[in-house]
Amino acid sequence: VSDSYFPVGPGLGMEENFLSLDDILMSQEKLPGRAESALPRLAVLLGQGAGSAESVPEGSKLEIPLWLAKGLHDSKRRIISVELPKIYKEAWRTVFSADANVVDLHKMGPYYYGFGSQLLNFENPENPEIAQTDSVCFLQTFIARFRRIMDSSQNAYNEDTSALVARLDELERALFQVGQKGLNDFQCWEKGQASQITASSLVQNYGKRKLTEVDG
Amino acid sequence: ERNQADVSEAKSGRTDLIFLIRFRHCCLLRNQRCLLAYLYDRLLRIRALRWEYGSVLPNTIQFHMSAEEVEWFNQYKKSLATYMRSVGGEEGLDLTQDIKPPKSLYIEVRCLRDYGEFEIDDGTTVLLKKNSQHFLPRWKCEQLIRQGVLEHVLS
Repeated sequence: VSDSYFPVGPGLGMEENFLSLDDILMSQEKLPGRAESALPRLAVLLGQGAGSAESVPEGSKLEIPLWLAKGLHDSKRRIISVELPKIYKEAWRTVFSADANVVDLHKMGPYYYGFGSQLLNFENPENPEIAQTDSVCFLQTFIARFRRIMDSSQNAYNEDTSALVARLDELERALFQVGQKGLNDFQCWEKGQASQITASSLVQNYGKRKLTEVDG
Repeated sequence: ERNQADVSEAKSGRTDLIFLIRFRHCCLLRNQRCLLAYLYDRLLRIRALRWEYGSVLPNTIQFHMSAEEVEWFNQYKKSLATYMRSVGGEEGLDLTQDIKPPKSLYIEVRCLRDYGEFEIDDGTTVLLKKNSQHFLPRWKCEQLIRQGVLEHVLS
């Protein structure tokens, strides 16, 4: 958008930013979970039953969004327990260690890194080592992919970048865009256009979109 | 209200309803969060408008703002003006000017759409018609360029 608009960015690590639109979208992603006890009257809401008084039986599998999982989770696991989605588990970890660049992270869940950091919030007392190895693997994946992102963002000038960007998750896309902006600004400076006053992009967008008058 | 009814039921002994209450509470908090983030983002954009567009907003944009947002914009304008007056000596410093370092006092501009008459400091008026080119002082044109009326032409 334009130079003066600074939206609230996503949170780093295990904390989300309350007002960040990116974090809100990210926490909408679903997790597999299990009901630890019978949940009365929730059947309809969670898509499991038809009657309004039905309860979700104990032990049934649920897919719930992250925000709900965080709200209903507590360390004694009386209501809900969550499991790691497939992509963060063993099988995928070997794929990542083989060649991290190949994986289409956007398809796997567009907020791979953000969501993964949030999962550390759910302590899994049975497997404390898993958390440790998870975070290590995570980091390795990121490091492996980062080099390529950086290279491509700095070298693709005025080209159609949709093919490059298609397999990146949201965090990587943001990094890519920052790289591109730097590149464009530099080229602009080289051409001597840095001192040119430009119409604000906000204004240009308002002009293009026909703002219709609302009746009443 | 549904939550209230359940709370009173829970207090009177049905402890398994706690989950339901908690669930609804989560949903309420979620809705609240989404609303707050939306409103806050709108404010951030309105603030950007002051810097990008100037202190008078076009009617089409104002139409889409709520009364509270217009009020907020006016307050923000006032705070900004007070601050600008206090910085930089007697006359104050207009921070919204010269966002990019200027290279010359006068610039060449081309008009992108009909605007009408425009008066410069020494009293002469210039008629801004589509595609006419002029050589004008930078500080007068800057706002019009940002608004998309004029285009800065580099020689």
